[in-house]
Parts: sequence; structure tokens; C-alpha cells
Amino acid sequence: MNGSRSATLTVAWRLATFRSEGFPTIPLAILGLLLFVAVFANVLAPHDPEVGRLGERFHPPFWQQGGSETYLLGTDHLGRDVLSRLLFGARVSIVVGFTAVIVAGIIGTALGILSGYLGGWVDQVIMRFTDTWLALPALTFAIFLAAVVGPSEMNIVIILVVVYWTRYARVIRGEVLSLKERDFVRLAIVAGCSKWTIMKRHILPNVLNSAIVLGTLMLGVVVVTEAALSFLGVGVPPPKPAWGLMLADGKKGLMAGYWWLTVLPGCCIMLMVLSANLLGDWLRVKLDPQLRQL
Amino acid sequence: MSTDSPLLEARDLTKHFPVRRGLLARTLGLVRAVDGVTFSIGQGRTLGLVGESGCGKTTTAKLVLRLEEPTGGSLRFDGRDLASLDNGGVAKYRRSVQAVFQDPFASLNPRMRIDAIIAEPLTTHERLDRDEVARRVARLIDLVGLPERAAKLFPHEFSGGQRQRIAIARALSLSPRLVVLDEPVSALDVSIRAQILNLLRDLQAQLGLSYLFITHDLAAVAHMSHTIAVMYLGQIVEMGDAATIASRPKHPYTQALFAAALPSHPSEQREELVLTGEVPSPLNPPIACRFHPRCPHAMPSCAIHTPVLREVNGRLVSCHLY
Amino acid sequence: MSDAPLLELRGLSTHYVSARGTRVVRAVDDVSLSLAAGSTLGIVGESGSGKSTLALTILRLLPPAARITGGEIRFEGEDLLAKSDGEMRRIRGKRIAMILQDPMASLNPLFTIGDQVSEPLRVHEGVGRRRAWSRARDLMKAVRIPAPETRVGEYPHQMSGGMRQRIVGAIAISCAPRLLIADEPTTSLDLTIQAQYLNLLKELQRQHQLALIFITHNLGIVAKMCDQVAVMYAGRLVEWGPVTRIFDAPAHPYTRALLESIPRMGDGRARLTAIEGQPPDLAAPPPGCAFHPRCPKAIAQCREQAPPETSLGPRHTVRCWLPGPAPVG
Repeated sequence: MNGSRSATLTVAWRLATFRSEGFPTIPLAILGLLLFVAVFANVLAPHDPEVGRLGERFHPPFWQQGGSETYLLGTDHLGRDVLSRLLFGARVSIVVGFTAVIVAGIIGTALGILSGYLGGWVDQVIMRFTDTWLALPALTFAIFLAAVVGPSEMNIVIILVVVYWTRYARVIRGEVLSLKERDFVRLAIVAGCSKWTIMKRHILPNVLNSAIVLGTLMLGVVVVTEAALSFLGVGVPPPKPAWGLMLADGKKGLMAGYWWLTVLPGCCIMLMVLSANLLGDWLRVKLDPQLRQL
Repeated sequence: MSTDSPLLEARDLTKHFPVRRGLLARTLGLVRAVDGVTFSIGQGRTLGLVGESGCGKTTTAKLVLRLEEPTGGSLRFDGRDLASLDNGGVAKYRRSVQAVFQDPFASLNPRMRIDAIIAEPLTTHERLDRDEVARRVARLIDLVGLPERAAKLFPHEFSGGQRQRIAIARALSLSPRLVVLDEPVSALDVSIRAQILNLLRDLQAQLGLSYLFITHDLAAVAHMSHTIAVMYLGQIVEMGDAATIASRPKHPYTQALFAAALPSHPSEQREELVLTGEVPSPLNPPIACRFHPRCPHAMPSCAIHTPVLREVNGRLVSCHLY
Repeated sequence: MSDAPLLELRGLSTHYVSARGTRVVRAVDDVSLSLAAGSTLGIVGESGSGKSTLALTILRLLPPAARITGGEIRFEGEDLLAKSDGEMRRIRGKRIAMILQDPMASLNPLFTIGDQVSEPLRVHEGVGRRRAWSRARDLMKAVRIPAPETRVGEYPHQMSGGMRQRIVGAIAISCAPRLLIADEPTTSLDLTIQAQYLNLLKELQRQHQLALIFITHNLGIVAKMCDQVAVMYAGRLVEWGPVTRIFDAPAHPYTRALLESIPRMGDGRARLTAIEGQPPDLAAPPPGCAFHPRCPKAIAQCREQAPPETSLGPRHTVRCWLPGPAPVG
């Protein structure tokens, strides 16, 4: 076996997944940074993200001709500072993203466990419900709901939870079905434990890993959906900054060459989703003792 | 010494699984996993159950453990019919009958500590304060030969043999009267098996436990059991004292089984009794004597009249030869 | 008939190296033995003893993390370690064949039995498809599959476990190899099926002058099938010799303890003599002789130095500071 070739591939793989020593430092650093920025946005942002000065429209980022240091990443069509809007937009994405993922996770996991372990009509009802839900294309469904209930940050979270809980339910149910047949669950029945005790003590802790991994992967999906909703105008209502909304607004300026209005928010979305996915991938391998051998 | 009344008694125990197919779940056939099985286990005694795949020994274990409900026949524990038990009675039954399964890596919840695992049956059935539970767990850990510090560790920190000891400790936490051992040492390294078998024997002598010992290892079953029952396609074909059955089997299947056992020394000559064909499926067992298609001594009556278990030479055999 | 052995291993060592080169597991450590044509060797050991790695080393089918760090493998006089990948490919399946434990994993569920049995013939001997299929039918008859004409067109999932293992056997002998390595071939089979299968292997061995290596943890298979036995512990060969002599009076304490700990039919309900302790962790084996923590005869030297190979006679070696062939208690 060619030793040097495999070494090169290993290095390339490590770089591609931003890993040093197996630990996903870069993804975690990016997510950490985003979290930090979201929390301290009002301290870090140099300007008010919602108020613009019409005399300062379309400044490019500072490294370009016509840019200035007051508006480091330029301004948009209303003269609002892009950097400040990005920072506050992080808050929206993080809050909406994490809340939706956690709440959907709790609901989906609980229903998945009930469905998988209890079986029978409980399983049938929950699964038929889930199937129907899943048959609807997520984005269209979200748009429809948003149109019905009207846009607001809270509503967006609710909509995302409603659309995405089914992913958890399906996956967790599958895991529970195979867990149910494991010896230690059988022995718990033999020991006389009630169904609820078994679900709480034996099933739940053993599906938590999958739920967490799924959560990190869903984070990316949720953030993109939120961005799409905002882009289409049914997401977080203006003037509150949201990256998707910035994309929508900036779209008009593309032809005129105002690239920073779309590329920068797009990069932020991409970084967040990519980091979440890489983190989830690493977690999946780390938490699964079998895969760890590879 | 065993008292006269058996601890566990199975009479004509039957379990059929319907095979359903199609949108409307039509019943296509029945898997006769256990078909009219009668046996008893005395106090402090071990019944060894042997047979090959599809014979029904695992299903029998599940019936005894109430992981499945029988479709026919009865199971009596301490004289009381299990079918007539109310919820309280079932709980009491569960205290008296526990199990140790084959795979030491799947028997323990990987997310629970050893003391919680061992204490689980205890805390499910009794209301004890924390100190009393800890005391009992410590005693059990010592009883199975594990070090004290094992209590706070997780299953993955132990080897296969040690995990089986933990599983045994858990099974004993409620002082059961009967323990179902389903291939307890088959998944362990050869050098560890003797340790565990010795432990099980010692515990039986110390605590007066009864065992239902299920295995495919004939030497181990002959070593551990007082009585052996040989199963084929859901029925018991021969049952009796372990030493008698192992040395002088009467049923042609038992003879073939023991002849197929591997020798323990190169010069041990075994009479070659190779059976023809494969084990038929429990969906469509042969008519009358289920063994007749493969039996080297088959007679015309074997395909017409079903043989019954009757006493021959100090044991029960189900065969027309006798 | 030449006296030269069919297979000879001299000081063979295989190590597993972790990705960063920090952990070295000596899966096979300085193993030397030989096998004559047409005879049967049993390699006995528990999990982690290195027996499966030894089999893979002979066929050079090791995973990338493993490295053959020393020794020689002489097969029919040729050094297998000096062969290129292409040459090894021509040897595998044609001159040395292998059977694994799980027949379902050894057979491709998507191809017919006929395709799979005829594959080695077509690859190694360039036989055309039609002729290969007819030879496949003959092979299936040789391994006693009933109605081979119909079975040839069936798929693995349509057959029972015992039959699948016979198919695997048919594939193995298709190109008339000189050596067949069987790694726990009967562990997943029922007792009576196992008996049929072992008899079949004996029959094939007689007909084709086949040498057999059985890799197993079951001393019963060794007692039934083998002429010689090699006992492995923590990667080292602790005893190797004629089977009757070793079963009668094993020289190594581990072999003796193993034989004494196995329940024997006819011994009634006498207490078994158990071996204390646990099998060693190969990543951190005990110093000196790896068996010393569990050995009833261990002396100070056993803790300090690993014993060298001592010869107890022609083709009989042992690794112990105190070898003393003594009858099994």
C-alpha cells in the first residue's frame, strides 16, 4: 500500500472537514463566533441596523473604491450598515434556528418514542399523521402557513417546528423499533418495569444521541428555510434584519454590481449551515461507539 | 434436595404464531413454534433444554418469562396457573422468575451505571431507602465475584465474562426462585466459560435456585443439568435424567444429536449417525411423528400415528420404536 | 512424495499500527510452524489471540492498518511475502482457498449460485460460461447438494445455512487448491449440520489430497479433524504439535488449563477447573510471558522475559520457561 499517497489523502480529508486531530475546531469556532455575535450584537454593531441614512446608500465594503471605514462592509439601498445588519441578523438566525430545532426535537422525539415503543393504534395514528405531513413539501407548506398566520418572529418559529418535527419522529421511531428488541429492554420487562419506566430509562437515553445529531443537521435546514421564507417576504418582517431578507433586498442590486448586498449574507448562511453539518457529522461518529472503530 | 411439588410446571404448552401476508393481513399459516410441551422443574434443580434451530426452545423460554402469552396449554408456578394471575400476581411472578441472556454486550443498558442496572428489579418492586439498596447491590456484586468499585462504572468498561456476572447479579437481586439461562456462556471466550458455569453452580447450591438452562452445547448441558429435555420442531422427543440421556439416548434424534457432538479427545470414537436432509420448517411440520422423514429407523406407522411420550427405561421417549 | 512441507511459517509477525503510529498491536508475534500436504492443522485461540489475523496474513488479505513486520511464508517452496499483488491474486482461490464463518456474508445475494460457484473457474482457468456452469453442477454434487440442476439457478437466500456453507465449500475447492483455510466454518451451524459438514470436509480432503487449516476456538473440532494443533495466546504460538500428544499431555499451562476447563461428556457433574482472570488486552499485553497473570505455575522469570521457542521433538514446540508435558487432570 502506497504510504505517502494515503497520507496525502488523509491530510486532504482533514482539511476538507476542518478537523485537526479529529476534533472539529473550525466548525465549533464558527458556531461559537456566531453565538457570541448574536448575544453581543448591540455592543458590537457600530450602527443601528434598522435606521438608514439615505445619503449613504450603496457604499461598497471598505477595501473597495468608494468604501469607507465607517461602514466596514458597505451599506444597502436604504443606507443601513451591512455589518450591523449581519450581526443582528445572526441573532435572528440563531434564535429562530435553535429554538425551532430544540422544540421540534422535543416534540418529534417524544412522539417517535411513543409511536415506536407502544406500537398498535398509537403507532398507526402518529405515523399516518407523520406521513401526511411529510408528503407536503416543506417550503410550500411553510409559506402557506406564514400566509395564513401572518409573519412574526414567533410565528416563524412555530411554523418551522410544525413543519420539521416529523423528521425527528420518523428517525427516532426507527431507532426505537430496533432498540425494543435488544436484550436489556427485554430484561427490563422481565424485571417488571412499567412501559413508561422503560421508555424513560432505557429508550430515551439511547436515542438521545441520534436526536442530538439530527438536531445539528436540522439546524442547517431550518436556517435555510427561515432564510427562504424571509427572502420570499413571508419570514421575519422588516425592518428587523434577517439574512434571508437581506438577500431579497440585495437581489435587486445585483445587476448594478452591488455584490456585497447578496454575497455577504449568503456567506453567513453558508458558514452557519456548513458548520452545523460538519459538527453533526463529527458528533454522529463520536457518539456511535461502533462507528468510532473506523 | 428437592421437595415433591415442582416449582414450575408446563402442561401441553402451545404457542402458535400466525403468518400474515397481504393488505388485509390474511392468515396464511401457523408457525407451530411450541406444540404441546409438558415438563416440570423442581426446586433447586436444573432442567436443560436442548435442540437445534427451530425446535422451540427460545420460544419456550419466552413463554416461561411471560414475554409471550401461550396460545394453548398451561403454565403453573408454585401450583398457581399463570393465566389466572391478576396484575399483583404477575408482579409477584416477575419477582420469582428472572433471566440471563446470551449476549453480554446487549444485556446491559450502555447508559446506566452498574449499581443502577443491578438495582433496577429491586427498585421496581420494593420501596427501599437508598442506603438499603446500596447495601444489597454491594452484596450482590460481591456474590458474583466482582470488585466493589464496579458499582459506579459503565458496562463498556467490562469484559464479556464480567458483564455476564453483572447480568447474573441483576437476575438475583430479587432473590428469584427460578432463573432462565438462555445460552449464558455461548458468547464468552472458552477460558471464561468454566468460571461462569462454576459460579452458576455455586449459586444454585447456595441459594436453592432452579434453572431452565437452554443451550446447544451438549457437554455443558450434561454438566449443569439434573434433567434434560430434547426438543425437535416444537415438541419434546425425549426427557429424563441428564446422565442417562447423555450416555444412553433412546430417541433416534437424541442419538443423532449426541453422536454429532464433538469429541473431547482425538481418540474418542463416535458412532457416525449422520442424518439426511435439513430441519423442516415449523410452518409445515411432517405429519404424525415429526422426525420420520429424517429418521434412520422410520417405519410405515411413523407417518400415520403420532407417538406419545411414554416411560421407557427410566426416561420419557416419544417414539414408535418403544 | 517430497518431505518438504506444503506450508512453512518462520518467525511470522503482523502488527496493527494506529493512524498516528502511536498504538502498536502485535496481533501475530514470531509464529513458526509447518504443514505437510494433505494433513490438517488446527489453530486454536480465543478472541484476540491472533488466529484470524494469522490466516489473513498467509493469504495477504490484511486491512491497510496491518503490516507484516517480519518472517517468511513458504508455500510449495515459494516465499509468499515476496510476491506481487498480481501473483498473490493468482494464488488466492486457485492454490490456496479460504472459507469464512458467515456463509451469508460470503455469498453475494444478487448473483445466482451457479454464477458464484463458477466464478473462480472462469477467473483462474479461463473456462467459458457454459462449461463453467456444468462444472459448477458437478462441484455442487461433490458437496452433496441435492438436486444441483435446479439449485444452480437459485439465489443464496433461498437456501438454508448448512447448504450455503456447502456452496462456499464448493467455491473454495473449484480450482483444486492444495490448501484450504477455514476460519470458524461451523460456528453458525446447528450440531447435526456441523457434523455433516465436517464429514464432508474430511471426504473432500481425502479425495483431493487437500491440506486443511482450521481456525477455531472449539477444541472439539480439533479433536475430531486435526492431525496437528497450534495454540495461540496474545499473538504468540504457545504450543504446537501432534494432536494426540498435546491432548494427552499438554506442555503449556494454558493448553492444559483450557483442556481441563471444558466440560466433558461422561464426567457427570464434577466441578470444572476454571482459568482465573481475563484474556489480555493486545494493546497493552502483560510484560514477559503474556499468560503469566493467569498461570498457576508462574515464576519471577515469567514476568520479566518472554520465553523463547523450545523444541520438544520433531514438529513439536512450546513457549514456556517451565514446559513439562503432564497428563490432563
